[in-house]
Amino acid sequence: MKQIWILTKKELNSYFDSLMAYILIIVFLGLSGFFTWLYGGSDIFYINRATLEPFFGVAYWTLFIFIPALTMKQIAEERKTGTIEMLLTKPVSDWQVVKGKFLATFILIAITLALTLPYYITISFLGPIDHGAAITGYLGLLLMSAAYISLGIFASSITSNQIVAFLLTLILGIFFQILFGIMASAFSGTTANILTYLDMRTHYENIIRGVIDSKDIIYFLSIILAGLVASEVSLLKRQI
Amino acid sequence: MDILVENITKSYGSQKALDNLSFKVKTGEILGFLGPNGAGKTTTMKAITCFLSPEQGDIKVGGRSVREKPDEVKKDIGYLPENNPLYLDMPVIDYLAFVGELQGVPKEKLKDRIKLMIKVCGLTKEKHKKIGELSKGYRQRVGLAQALIHDPAVLILDEPTTGLDPNQIIEIRELIKEIGKEKTVILSSHILAEVEATCDRVVIINNGKIVADGTPEQLRQKAQGNESLKVGIEGGEKNDVYTALNELSPVAVVDFADDGDNTFIVESKPGMSSAKAIFDLCVEKGWYLTQLTPQEKNLEDVFRELTN
Repeated sequence: MKQIWILTKKELNSYFDSLMAYILIIVFLGLSGFFTWLYGGSDIFYINRATLEPFFGVAYWTLFIFIPALTMKQIAEERKTGTIEMLLTKPVSDWQVVKGKFLATFILIAITLALTLPYYITISFLGPIDHGAAITGYLGLLLMSAAYISLGIFASSITSNQIVAFLLTLILGIFFQILFGIMASAFSGTTANILTYLDMRTHYENIIRGVIDSKDIIYFLSIILAGLVASEVSLLKRQI
Repeated sequence: MDILVENITKSYGSQKALDNLSFKVKTGEILGFLGPNGAGKTTTMKAITCFLSPEQGDIKVGGRSVREKPDEVKKDIGYLPENNPLYLDMPVIDYLAFVGELQGVPKEKLKDRIKLMIKVCGLTKEKHKKIGELSKGYRQRVGLAQALIHDPAVLILDEPTTGLDPNQIIEIRELIKEIGKEKTVILSSHILAEVEATCDRVVIINNGKIVADGTPEQLRQKAQGNESLKVGIEGGEKNDVYTALNELSPVAVVDFADDGDNTFIVESKPGMSSAKAIFDLCVEKGWYLTQLTPQEKNLEDVFRELTN
């Protein structure tokens, strides 16, 4: 655990040193703030209810784009510069490296989401808010982010080119975000059921509605685990 | 801490990078690793540092196998990889702190160790700069500093002096020699003079196999073969001298040397020395010797003979 934390700390520092973190936070707050408060048609004044739903809707898409940008360099750059060799000849295992990097990006996203808590507080003063749904909404965002981070790290682990890693994460993401849902409607029976289960949107919407079902939680946790294990396997192979 | 490499084999695709390679390095020994490009030097080093695992065979560092206890082995090794990869966006001090923490240097000692490394490796002026701003020579020092930060018992250096200027090369060599007194050091190099100057023992590998193993002197003697002398004789006609030398009984071959009018390369017959005969010849003919130098084969000749 100590080794993982050392790696996480280093990665977090590198996010903040490279301005990456600040850009993410500012753009994310700007976009989500705009759509939550100002954008006519879906902002909370227009729908006239004290709810975080507009925010969760925007955050879902914004994070979908931002996370690949955060994870793309994680392992790809280390492969390209050769620092991965330096790192893996220190007393850390491949699994610890993967987890350390995952955790760093996850903490950065958690910090970003924590900075939107003022939205929640403000809205709760404006009217009666469903606290349960707000909390599960944040939980949903965290789970969904963790799933994409894990996929992003996997994409980054199989190439030494950051752009390839970025695009690959987006492509993988689009499947979970939209395509599985669309494909499900084209099929019927078991295939449709499987595809519907793979579609992230349904699980996410269940959670932000305030329903915590073990089925949804298991869905997210299995994507996270699968992504991390796949990253470890691709690291263990040692080739680019 | 001894390193025991036992019959390791490693292939990349169908090409065997290491072929049943075995050797042993004892504590306090500086082992020079020589070989042409692609001979398997780097692969061997990567295997010892637990980065790659060989298909067959095992490596034991201080009695512990790299297969069973890689984390313990890694803690005892300081490694400077080929091309010296570094995090270019990190300041020198932060980088050393990061590596020190990973290597498990206790918190209270970490600051002192970093200070010491910065002093030893001559990085005092550069310590707050980002690594990306440093020149190649200074980066190499940072690489060495990170390898030494936890005071490892084993030091593995893959071409430690590439990119350094002659002064720095000498400094680094001195440093390696100093460190090597109590540690086990393996260093690879293309520069034969460097290996000769720093190492107690040399292993030459080619195509994944060991082709020579011994002290630099031993290797040179082995390759020496017949005595070869460079002889300068004045006071006589060039061709007379040449014929006279050829007629001496211990002499096998005489050649004109490239660098002077009356200098010759004289190779003796196996097991014989022609020095006395040449001297006697000069006395007899009234010529005089301007030089009589044994032609030593250097490590470069040994290297070329063994790896071609």
